[in-house]
Amino acid sequence: MSDQPVIHTRDLTKYFGPKCAVNSLDLAIPRGCVFAFLGRNGSGKSTTIRMLLGLLQPDRGEASLLGCDSRALTPAVRARIGYLTEEHQIYGWMTVGEAGSFQAAFYPRWNEKIFRGVIGHFGLDPRAQVKHLSRGMRAGLCLALTLAPDPELLILDDPALGLDAVARRSLIESMIYLTRRADRTIFFSSHHLADVERVADYLAVLDYSVLRACCPLEIFRNSVREVQLRFAGAPPTLPPIPGLLQAFRTENELRVTCVHYNEETERALRALGPLALETVPLGLEDAFIHYLGERGEKSFILPGSEASV
Amino acid sequence: MSLRIIINPGSSVPIYKQITEQIRMAVATGRLTVTDQLPSVRALAETLVINPNTVARAYADLAREGVIETRPGRGVFIIPKRKVVHPSEGRRRLEPLLNTLISEAMAMDFTAEELQEAFERKLSQWKNEKGGTHE
Repeated sequence: MSDQPVIHTRDLTKYFGPKCAVNSLDLAIPRGCVFAFLGRNGSGKSTTIRMLLGLLQPDRGEASLLGCDSRALTPAVRARIGYLTEEHQIYGWMTVGEAGSFQAAFYPRWNEKIFRGVIGHFGLDPRAQVKHLSRGMRAGLCLALTLAPDPELLILDDPALGLDAVARRSLIESMIYLTRRADRTIFFSSHHLADVERVADYLAVLDYSVLRACCPLEIFRNSVREVQLRFAGAPPTLPPIPGLLQAFRTENELRVTCVHYNEETERALRALGPLALETVPLGLEDAFIHYLGERGEKSFILPGSEASV
Repeated sequence: MSLRIIINPGSSVPIYKQITEQIRMAVATGRLTVTDQLPSVRALAETLVINPNTVARAYADLAREGVIETRPGRGVFIIPKRKVVHPSEGRRRLEPLLNTLISEAMAMDFTAEELQEAFERKLSQWKNEKGGTHE
């Protein structure tokens, strides 16, 4: 088993006209992890995934999957990759079972047990016609078609889009089931941070074309901290504080969100002379929102050497 | 195992910590006793619908604290509590907890007597729940 990253990009860049959609992206996804790709709508996640899969040509830089250049993925390598993007087409007139048989013909490593298992997990009747499936059921079928070839690398572009809570739960359960094999890797983009927190080992944050974090999930959470300072009167003006993301002031309180909160940051804050200073832990969603907030420094990369090879 | 662990992914407490806290609490109140078996990492992960690495981390922390032990091929078990923490270290860890409790109570205008009373009440509640089965 190679130690090579299963997904690798170097200086990956894409422009649409004058607009830069993906700006010099460097990623190295290690084998065997669950990796969440986060960012606001329109930040370049789908564009990145399309380039990884060879569906879109980069303007600069390179990308490779399982050691093979994305622009020249061989059928043998493609057979080891499963991907789910929005454009997954299935013939509406087919039944669920027929869709499976159809797909199976393309994959020598098709595993009917996996197909049946995922179908069953989503409560799908093999005789049901695809065009009569609800959105969540359709997503379950797509997932079954993607997982049945037993791929080593699973790339999912916003798989939970439009799914109700039950279908989303089934999706997460399928992802966790996949982690039974230590050599399976999942790379997925998502807007559901609660689900990301359940399932991801690492995350990367794309902020309008630029990579702003790439590290273990726990490190990201710990790195973003909210500090509440209480003052006797009106809070003083805030001097430049390293790692400051946002500051919010009320009558006699200052709420500051920082990244890389350390002794130096604490000293700088205590120098303001507060009556009380308290750090508040943040959930992943709040940490994420503060991190990408409009106010505050925009040039932070969290040390992510664990996720880079 | 009769213990039902509930996790809340949106919380400001990391998931692995929610697990360790609930297991520690169960042991302290006697809901889990020595020789009780916990689910395997994989089984608990699939029950809670979370990444197995998170469960592994919780179990590793509890093992380091001497609360549980993994016996290869047999499973994960609650073990008798060893004194892993030096008394002075324990006192050091207690300090911030006491500070939080007292400052929050004062902020809510509790008197020292009221706080003492509430504290004694809670302590005896815990003693009753344990039923004297745990040290």
